[in-house]
Amino acid sequence: MINKSMIKNHMITQKPEKRIHNYREVSQGYTNEQALDEAKRCLECKNKPCVKGCPVRIDIPGFIHRIVEHDIEGAYQIIRASSLLPAVCGRVCPQETQCEELCVRKLKGESVAIGHLERFVADYHSQNNTDKPIIVPTNGIKIAIVGSGPAGLSCANDLVKKGYQVDIYEALHIPGGVLVYGIPEFRLPKAVVEREISALIKQGVNIYTNVIIGKTLTIDDLFTMGYRAVFLGTGAGLPKFMGIPGEMLNGVYSANEYLTRINLMKAYDGVSKTPIQSAQRVAVIGGGNVALDAARWAKRLGAKTVSIIYRRSRTELPARYEEVVHAEEEGIIFRMQTNLQRIIGDDFGFVKKIQCVEMTLGELDDSGRARPIEKPGSEHFIDVDSVIMAIGTTPNPLISQSTIDLKTNQKGCIITTNNTGLTTKDMVYAGGDVVTGSATVILAMGAGREAAQAIDEKVTSDIFKKPPNI
Amino acid sequence: MFKIVLKTILTPSVSLMKIYAPNVVKHAKPGQFIVLRTDSDSERIPFTIAEANQDDQTIAIIFQVVGASTLKLNQLKENDYILDFAGPLGKPSQIDGLKKVCVIGGGLGCAIAYPIAKALHNQKTYVHSIIGFRKKELVFLSSEFKDISDCFDLVTDDGSAGKMGLVTTLLKALLDQDNTFDEVFAIGPLVMMKAVSELTKQYGIKTIVSMNPIMIDGTGMCGGCRITVNNKMRFACVDGPEFDGHQVDFDEAILRNKMYESAERKAYDHACHLLKEVQNDQ
Ligand SMILES: Cc1cc2nc3c(=O)[nH]c(=O)nc-3n(C[C@H](O)[C@H](O)[C@H](O)COP(=O)(O)OP(=O)(O)OC[C@H]3O[C@@H](n4cnc5c(N)ncnc54)[C@H](O)[C@@H]3O)c2cc1C
Ligand code: FES
Repeated sequence: MINKSMIKNHMITQKPEKRIHNYREVSQGYTNEQALDEAKRCLECKNKPCVKGCPVRIDIPGFIHRIVEHDIEGAYQIIRASSLLPAVCGRVCPQETQCEELCVRKLKGESVAIGHLERFVADYHSQNNTDKPIIVPTNGIKIAIVGSGPAGLSCANDLVKKGYQVDIYEALHIPGGVLVYGIPEFRLPKAVVEREISALIKQGVNIYTNVIIGKTLTIDDLFTMGYRAVFLGTGAGLPKFMGIPGEMLNGVYSANEYLTRINLMKAYDGVSKTPIQSAQRVAVIGGGNVALDAARWAKRLGAKTVSIIYRRSRTELPARYEEVVHAEEEGIIFRMQTNLQRIIGDDFGFVKKIQCVEMTLGELDDSGRARPIEKPGSEHFIDVDSVIMAIGTTPNPLISQSTIDLKTNQKGCIITTNNTGLTTKDMVYAGGDVVTGSATVILAMGAGREAAQAIDEKVTSDIFKKPPNI
Repeated sequence: MFKIVLKTILTPSVSLMKIYAPNVVKHAKPGQFIVLRTDSDSERIPFTIAEANQDDQTIAIIFQVVGASTLKLNQLKENDYILDFAGPLGKPSQIDGLKKVCVIGGGLGCAIAYPIAKALHNQKTYVHSIIGFRKKELVFLSSEFKDISDCFDLVTDDGSAGKMGLVTTLLKALLDQDNTFDEVFAIGPLVMMKAVSELTKQYGIKTIVSMNPIMIDGTGMCGGCRITVNNKMRFACVDGPEFDGHQVDFDEAILRNKMYESAERKAYDHACHLLKEVQNDQ
């Protein structure tokens, strides 16, 4: 029986007034009953429009059908065939612009809550599954993966399943990339990420932390060490600043610094020795997920007022819709069509206030969005003691600078051949944010998989080409 | 985990540690640094590489107990382990082709200046070292400096060891006596590096300083280490740590270093308090 309800089942969430005083996950997931009820809203369309919206082409009606049949583990296996990190993607994918946007139910009412269902299935699996990891006997061929974000993890997963001996090198002291240093605990519990990583380790993947490729070891060192191929999933970790006066004042953070201090170094928990400013009035510049995450952390660390300052209008905010709603519930102020012009400090070099200007929206620009234009005479001041810059990141040049035959484009992104991830350097592949610039978890994961496939094909064909040295 | 194979107390508050880290040794050069975490609650703290020993695969660091994190590090003994140890980071010192150089170290900065002076000496550059401390009890590495210098001066603020005065007093006297150098390396407290840079600018002598702003990752990821050089924003961890002293905005760097002063003071007092309690219990 199809459930004809026009609206989604909503996950239970912590009450805003409560959750701004803790850092536990905001959404609590579906109950079994909710999941079943929601699954029944799926029309199981023959042409599966939703699948076309999924970057890794999960068989969405297929897994939802299993939920209806009470076969949650079966549903998990269907998702897992296409996606390495369902518990992560169920929580952080921008479903409203991907699968859910194309859902037929959206023509009249709300789409099926595909993301919520994915999360339900993944969490069910991790709570109930006791199967041993399948360990594939190794073929002795070594592959090095640089970076342990979603791109590196998914590439490692596919290669270890094919029998390769996979070693991951990570610059930081904890693996996970943005999933651990960027996305907050209240949106993606670190336990979820740890679970996925420990599953990989159980399959035989080695993770070496504290190794900065390009500094500790070069890519050529990796080949000397016997690796047959190298995959670069090093992300886009270099923060941008605006180049306006006042950015060197104390209290101005890049979102990366702010979030790293909090998420990675646990500056919030009292035990950690890493300090963070306890600001009362915070301005966050930008409108993406990064900006919202920083703003919501600031609130949780005790800030009285937190404003998001964004040049375009609310409808253009690039952040996930759910996060915008949650942020609004938490009392984050959205100052839309406003731009930061300069930051003004006190005599001791600390932030005191900011000067902003209102923006009107002009014609569409190259990115297809309305071009923001300053409104003359609309300059105004806002008193703040902290400013967080969340205006984007670019790939870190450490590797490209130390590897002359690895080409990058003007934005510093590594150039690859479509669909294989092959770079300009022989046997070196790349994928994820380091190729696309800041994008999404699911795209990074997809790129890791494509590269794994290309690496496998190349290595296999090389073996057949070369007679063995007997 | 990274093993501490040697620990030497240089002065009551300055220690040297040699840490077994074959991966880090491989490409380490003078002027570069490492980042370490003693344990899982620790900050990531940057230290300059005092020596990278290819024979025993160790990295030496020299540190002064200045806060809670260095206090904790100093409690570790030989054969203890450090949880995380990553490097080498930053750009190496540019010393090729230099014929005559003055290396100035101030206080703990001597630990950073020493490997540079030694590398210069090894490539047969004429090295005049000037090292300065507040008083006799704080002096360290002076015999090491002496061994590798063609000319060596020690100064203390109160004259309790070597000559009395500041490094700049001596440098000015040298320059006024028509001594000249291809380059000056000045490494020490920000105010010292600023004073040296202002002085050498008048004499038109290129001066390299080593900046040590607050850092987290040390890989260019956070931007916390940003400083202004020649009116441009630079990240000290990847673009430096060495910069042209005539172009660095020292006043701004001095203000930026005060960001967490009160938080650090509190953490340090707390750590000292805990340490005392532990010692009383024993
Ligand atoms: C705060 C924040 C919130 C976000 N929210 C969302 C969201 O809700 N939904 C969504 O889909 N996406 C979101 N994103 C984007 C998403 O996280 C990224 O697109 C994704 O993580 C990219 O994956 P990656 O594997 O390419 O790189 P990363 O996750 O960046 O991982 C790269 C890893 O490589 C390591 N590394 C870098 N250089 C070296 C080196 N030289 N040697 C060794 N290791 C190196 C890094 O330390 C890092 O661990 C968010 C990003 C941020 C910052
Ligand atoms: S320490 Fe983070 S960018 Fe330099």
